[in-house]
Amino acid sequence: MPIRIQTADFDLGAEVAALRAGQKGIGAVCSFVGTVRDINQGERIGGMELEHYPGMTEKALEDIVAQARARFSIIDALVIHRVGPLKPLDQIVLVAVTSAHRGESFAACEFIMDYLKSEAPFWKKEDTPGGARWVDARVEDDKALAKWGIASANAAQGKPSA
Amino acid sequence: MNIQLRFFASVREALGTSQEAVVLPETVRTVGEVRAFLRERGGIWAEVLGEGRALRMAFNQQMTGPDTPIAEGGEVAFFPPVTGG
Repeated sequence: MPIRIQTADFDLGAEVAALRAGQKGIGAVCSFVGTVRDINQGERIGGMELEHYPGMTEKALEDIVAQARARFSIIDALVIHRVGPLKPLDQIVLVAVTSAHRGESFAACEFIMDYLKSEAPFWKKEDTPGGARWVDARVEDDKALAKWGIASANAAQGKPSA
Repeated sequence: MNIQLRFFASVREALGTSQEAVVLPETVRTVGEVRAFLRERGGIWAEVLGEGRALRMAFNQQMTGPDTPIAEGGEVAFFPPVTGG
């Protein structure tokens, strides 16, 4: 279960091809790509900086993929998350899951993303016309995780401290 | 007890530091007690680590609650709610 944190961009086609290579038991591949929008909470976004907690990030993502494997009958999973400066249109995150049948890869892909949004130590700082600001955690992200029966205290704690 | 402190994102910026080696008194035994101990420094520390503030904590790179015991040589991290993806 490859996990990668990198500043460089990624190629969805090449990554999926590598994930499938030689795996004749795979009948389904589901992938999600998160990208940078140019607008958030009504403000123009010129770019953003993604910070993370080296060491803990990798452990958290490995734990998330392990939980997905325990819940769903998947063959393999790949998570790539970029850090550093990003611009609108840039790719941020890739989750790709392979399985024998489509249902398991659809579900596991969504599960991994929902979990990542609330539990993996990444933080976005956006450039807006009014200056740089840290992005607030969204209550909707905790709700997305709750639908899998997992409680998160992420956004539920309130606003970030600065 | 010797502990390594780590701070990230808005917490790091507000405190003006990303890490610090600290020697804790014997009375400080949990992650929550580390937070309270640092608050006693006053000023920005009392503000950023205040009970009402949205703050997540990790011990040895695992997200955790305030009651988790700390251990010699461990790493305690404080940061805002996460916003990746």
